[in-house]
Amino acid sequence: MNTASKALSIALLAGFFFAGPGKAESTQFGDLKVETPWARASIGTARPAAAYMTIRNGGSATDQLVGVESPVSGMAEIHKVKTKDGVVSMSPAGPLPIGPGETVALAPGGLHVMLMKLRQPLEKGARFPLTLTFERAGKVTVDVPIHGVGAIAPEK
Amino acid sequence: MTKLRILLWVVAALAGMGFLGLYAWKTSFQDDARQSALAAIRPDYTLTAHTGETVTERNYLGKWQLVFFGFTHCPDICPTTLAEVATVMDGLGEAARNVQPLFISIDPERDRPAAMAEYVAAFHPALIGLTGEPEAVAEAAQSFYAYYEMQPQSDAPDGYTMSHSSALYLLDPNGRFVHLFSYGTPAAEIVEDLKEKL
Repeated sequence: MNTASKALSIALLAGFFFAGPGKAESTQFGDLKVETPWARASIGTARPAAAYMTIRNGGSATDQLVGVESPVSGMAEIHKVKTKDGVVSMSPAGPLPIGPGETVALAPGGLHVMLMKLRQPLEKGARFPLTLTFERAGKVTVDVPIHGVGAIAPEK
Repeated sequence: MTKLRILLWVVAALAGMGFLGLYAWKTSFQDDARQSALAAIRPDYTLTAHTGETVTERNYLGKWQLVFFGFTHCPDICPTTLAEVATVMDGLGEAARNVQPLFISIDPERDRPAAMAEYVAAFHPALIGLTGEPEAVAEAAQSFYAYYEMQPQSDAPDGYTMSHSSALYLLDPNGRFVHLFSYGTPAAEIVEDLKEKL
């Protein structure tokens, strides 16, 4: 596949995702919009789980995601995966700035909400509330659908 | 003024060329080092499968093998890759009989065989999880030139997380290394590659 057709297919794919499932699961919250939150089912409660979403800032000032919490998790944090020379490592991301007009995607291989100390297993088909705290906009709670343990993208 | 401007442009151009040259040299050097490391891969291990039996690399001869190093407390890269591997297996249809996916834990202290059994079953029935004593895991990883390291992290479960090589190894039915699929290679691309070979 040449670069042009690759770019085209990426553009088409991106268009598909934005036009597709994004509409149904979005929460507008002041200048911010939280789109397509989803999480992977967990295997029991001993291991951490991950949740993903896209956050858009339609306002004119930078906001920061400073905290995440959920009743299903005793400790939730934004984590970031870094790849260097083919080696991946994961660490807490700290406050996540979202500039005016910017979109930050929490997606596999990059940023995720790491849900540690699970209080209950995340079961496919169920949903759970996740509260995001922004520096300016304050708190918003989104309803997160749980996809299969093998999910790699939000499902329709 | 004009002369100064020309001089500045020349300096900028030279600096740019120097930078590009350095970059090209560094990149090709790294590629060379990487290529020779890849050429030296000779899978060699004695580990415990999630079923409890002791296995070596010889157990899987006769099948193409997709090998991934990771750990079950990994919430992002590992499930994403294993989900891709499951998609590959399903995408191969009948030909999947000739492919053995293997997940080797680089976190053997937490990933005992029972934990591996619970984990791999969630992804695909054909997936085999391998673990062992820390030394056995270290030898296995070394034979693949796979890298891993424990990273202390106070807020992580048990106070640590693991960094590790993220690529998926393809071995031929003679157990020889063929190539790597880097993290994020779409399952369809892997299926296509395997279908050509099978």
